[in-house]
Amino acid sequence: MKQLWLTAKLDIVESLRARWFQIYTLIFGGIVALLFLFGLTESRVLGFIGLSRLLVTYIQLTMAILPIFVLITTVRSVAGDREAGVFEYLLSLPVSLFAWFWGKIIGRYIVVFAPVFLAMLAAVGWALIQGIEVPWAIFVYYSALLAVMSACFLGIGMLISSVARTTDMAQGAAFMVWLVLLLFLDLILLGVMIQGKVAPEVAVLVALVNPLQVFRTAALALFDPQLIVLGPSAYVILDTFGISGYGVFALVYPALLGLGCASLGYYLFRRGDLP
Amino acid sequence: MNKSPTSNEPMIQFTNVAKNFRRARVLDGISLNIGIGERVALIGSNGAGKTTLIRCLLGEYTFEGTVAIAGLDPRENRTKVLGNIGFVPQLPPPLKMPVGQLIEFSAALCGTDPQRIHAIARRLGLDIEGILTRQFVRLSGGMKQKLLIAIALGRDAKVLVMDEPAANLDPEARKIFFDLLAERLDDATMIISSHRLDEVSALVNRVIEMDMGKVVLDDQVKDAVALTAVLACRIVLSRFEPAFAKALDGWKFSSSTDNLVWSGEIAGPDRLRFLGIISRYTALVSDLSLAEARG
Repeated sequence: MKQLWLTAKLDIVESLRARWFQIYTLIFGGIVALLFLFGLTESRVLGFIGLSRLLVTYIQLTMAILPIFVLITTVRSVAGDREAGVFEYLLSLPVSLFAWFWGKIIGRYIVVFAPVFLAMLAAVGWALIQGIEVPWAIFVYYSALLAVMSACFLGIGMLISSVARTTDMAQGAAFMVWLVLLLFLDLILLGVMIQGKVAPEVAVLVALVNPLQVFRTAALALFDPQLIVLGPSAYVILDTFGISGYGVFALVYPALLGLGCASLGYYLFRRGDLP
Repeated sequence: MNKSPTSNEPMIQFTNVAKNFRRARVLDGISLNIGIGERVALIGSNGAGKTTLIRCLLGEYTFEGTVAIAGLDPRENRTKVLGNIGFVPQLPPPLKMPVGQLIEFSAALCGTDPQRIHAIARRLGLDIEGILTRQFVRLSGGMKQKLLIAIALGRDAKVLVMDEPAANLDPEARKIFFDLLAERLDDATMIISSHRLDEVSALVNRVIEMDMGKVVLDDQVKDAVALTAVLACRIVLSRFEPAFAKALDGWKFSSSTDNLVWSGEIAGPDRLRFLGIISRYTALVSDLSLAEARG
């Protein structure tokens, strides 16, 4: 356990000094600052006003940026460390492979999730100071959604890092994964369904398997409980899960997917050449 | 390690070790026994398989055959085995963490006192207090090398694995490095990898040369000069040459008022390297003497 925390701490210290982390923090902090600056709390959309309106916009923006950012930075730094000889040296020290791999994931998870969450927390803090009402239920659910999304894409990123032997390969694979997930977002699925080339059940199943779509739908469900925006897919989702059930599914499934990918990554990592 | 090898049992044992990278056979059935207290120079050109063999020894690569350190597989018993191996890589890793953090991390994993590492770094001429908050990657090549040596030697390692360890060190630090190795002669097995034998010949008592993944030479080295030996040197020049003076100044030599007579001390194991430098200025040297000062 000591080795696990030492490795996690090491990864945090390394990340805090990396340029990607500074840009990453700046982006999420900047989004919240800009949303306040543009007076988003005073505007209204679909009945949302105040901090709810800001949080809805923030999570939509985060969902667009966070997955690709987590994937690329994870594979770049892990595969880059391996290529640059960091693994050769640090893995010559008496640290177990379990502690090394999972310690790295814990450290990276903290580093990836903290700026996103702290930016949101800062928005809540500012709202409290300004006397704006805080929608605590939305805040808690969005925080959980972001936590799960970070874990999911971190797990996928670690799996890619375990398989790819070079930074270029890892980066290319991460980008491909993101593109594929993006390709199977609902609008494209609906297009395919309309053309009649895929059974609607299959299209909906693909949408439910795609973590990007799962997050998107869960976020939409908060301000569009009937999921009208999704069209026919909404019937399947609501009939199968119900709105609360889908809320739980959107937290459990991506978390399990991330954990599964990370576990597979660990299995491959410990079986192969380390540096 | 819980288990200590007996005098008959080798400290390190490679048995028919083979490693392929795709279709390329990088190690081709290496079998070697290295005993306690042996100091082995692992030499060979680029691509000979030295680094791959070291990585197999450290349990970093998967391979065919077996590797055992004190009877234990380094892959299966990572923490036990690696806790007793001090490793200095040829290329320092580009770590962004501060020096203090790296020392703390290594010391905590190896179960040693960070102050032991500080003490060795100080002996090697590193102003350790001044660089504790500096990023490791921002140190000079020599400073990084000194710190990695200090981390490797700042614990009770039974096996020292070093890849060109003294290549970036100045003569003064090399002298101290040889002293530090001399202190470990009785209780440590050393493997020192290098492209050239003359760089490490004085440090070792056995030479293993590799080529195309095979051992092509395995020989003993008989060297009368001890690791701690110091040679007093006096050089008389026929005329002053600024470049030569600068080179001697690097070895901490002092000169007479006319800059024609130079004297200083060199570490015994460094004499080949020193003479290599002198040989570039042979035409200027009118007299040269080397005498053992201490050993």
